[in-house]
Amino acid sequence: MNLTVPLLAALAKLLSGATMRWHECQPDTCQRVYFANHTSHLDALVLWSSLPGEIRDLTRPVAAKDYWSQGSVRRYIAKCFNAILIDREEIKVHQSPVDLMIREIGSTHSLIVFPEGGRSPGEDLQEFKSGLYYLSKKRPDLELVPVYIDNLNRVLPRGEFLPVPLLSCITVGPPMWLEPKESKVDFLKRARDAVRRLKDV
Amino acid sequence: MLHALQLLLPAAVVAQAPLPNVRLDPVTNILLGTVVGILAVAYFVGRALRRQPESTANPAVIRTLNLRIRAWWMMCVILIAGLWLGPVATTVLFGLVSFWALREFITMTPTRRGDHRTLFWSFIVFAPLQYVLVALKAYAIYTIMIPVYASLFVPARIAISGDPKRFLERVAKIQAGLLICVYCLSHAPAILSLVLTTAPGGPNAPLWEIRRDAANNPVLGSNASVLFFFVLMVQVNDVFQYMWSQLLGKHVIAPQINASRTWEGLIGGTLSTMLAGMLLSWATPFGPYWAGPIAGAVALAGFAGSMTMSGIKRDRGVKDYGTLVSGHAGVLDRIDSLCFAAPVFFHLTRFFFSTMQ
Repeated sequence: MNLTVPLLAALAKLLSGATMRWHECQPDTCQRVYFANHTSHLDALVLWSSLPGEIRDLTRPVAAKDYWSQGSVRRYIAKCFNAILIDREEIKVHQSPVDLMIREIGSTHSLIVFPEGGRSPGEDLQEFKSGLYYLSKKRPDLELVPVYIDNLNRVLPRGEFLPVPLLSCITVGPPMWLEPKESKVDFLKRARDAVRRLKDV
Repeated sequence: MLHALQLLLPAAVVAQAPLPNVRLDPVTNILLGTVVGILAVAYFVGRALRRQPESTANPAVIRTLNLRIRAWWMMCVILIAGLWLGPVATTVLFGLVSFWALREFITMTPTRRGDHRTLFWSFIVFAPLQYVLVALKAYAIYTIMIPVYASLFVPARIAISGDPKRFLERVAKIQAGLLICVYCLSHAPAILSLVLTTAPGGPNAPLWEIRRDAANNPVLGSNASVLFFFVLMVQVNDVFQYMWSQLLGKHVIAPQINASRTWEGLIGGTLSTMLAGMLLSWATPFGPYWAGPIAGAVALAGFAGSMTMSGIKRDRGVKDYGTLVSGHAGVLDRIDSLCFAAPVFFHLTRFFFSTMQ
């Protein structure tokens, strides 16, 4: 058994002081897409670490290739948490990241995505990129689970490389699906509101 | 390793022989045993109350009571484990509690991006260093490190980061966090470094001897029991103030800060704590007369701590530090009075009942 993964997860949880709250949602090993706000490089790592062990093993974060393939430490961490690395610079039609994600998860894995596309500079969420819409259009069976990550931007803000061990909180909300005939704009707005709503529960 | 570090410090700042007794001696064990016994009774009473129908007992009050009892058990276990392992382990454990309290404090008070490096220094340098200095018994350094040097460093570092917005406010937040959560609390394990005497008089005062061993050498009373006495007085004071407030409380001191703190609770609680201190004076070098006033000073400082932290919480619009990040017990809620009382008790003991090394 590989001990590094639980150790890395424990370290990430200890450092970020993360507590996980399941609000109108239960931990489940069914195929899900966890979509969260993005404020810190630690987001993917901490959210993934905070999931219960058996779910964690089935969940693959989608992360930016330009950041996570830089240097051996980041590459190693990305390998440990089984990340799907997406090249943000070269998004092409015949090599669309959505197809790659669908191919990678097969019929067992879940995903962690950050639909804002990059870390938001301010307090409020940025507009969501359309990937989430196409993902659920191609795989309507996936449960879409909104997640709000609070305070991690203070643990490791943009442009800093040393984390400050404050406490953070992750709230997981009720699953949603793409409604029949729902337009892309409406769906993305609804998804964004679902994440934003978790701020106040 | 500790000894190697001590050699680096100038001789004058490191305490010299005679070394204090920090073992769990019979006196300490009697005190610990009594408290563990009372807590065991409290645990079963709490459990019995939980099963009562809602008509006879307010479930919210009982839940609070049970949470409190659990927190006391935690505190007791941590203290006993630390004292059993020795003074360095006790200092490390208090350091960890400090660290967690500082996390809660800074998480609650909003800081800006420009404060990140300063916070990093506070968490990674100042907080651990304070406890290392306490473990080294370097009194002359650990009493000034945070109030002078960290307090000067924090504004300077924030200024260098270049964000002038609400500058003084941000500086004050970090300074207050370090002072209350780290500096003040570190005076509790520092009690273990004092060479206790039964009267004022510095180096010439009579040592706190409890008996003579077979070779007619003096056996000193244990600092472990004095530390435990202090923590016990703070907790007992919280309970007494709450009880007197419930029984007689009419005049709320500051309704906007804390609606449950009354003058009746403060006066009744302080007097009761003084009495409890006198009754337990056998565990200290103070003697029955001085144990009362010292316990009273601890009670007043503990009250001040609770009020101050309530003020900070009301300002931030939270009820408990625990609810800030749900699931956590809220360490700072439990130790606010301890933080304020620790320097008061430490200095009273040091000035009047130690050789002042």
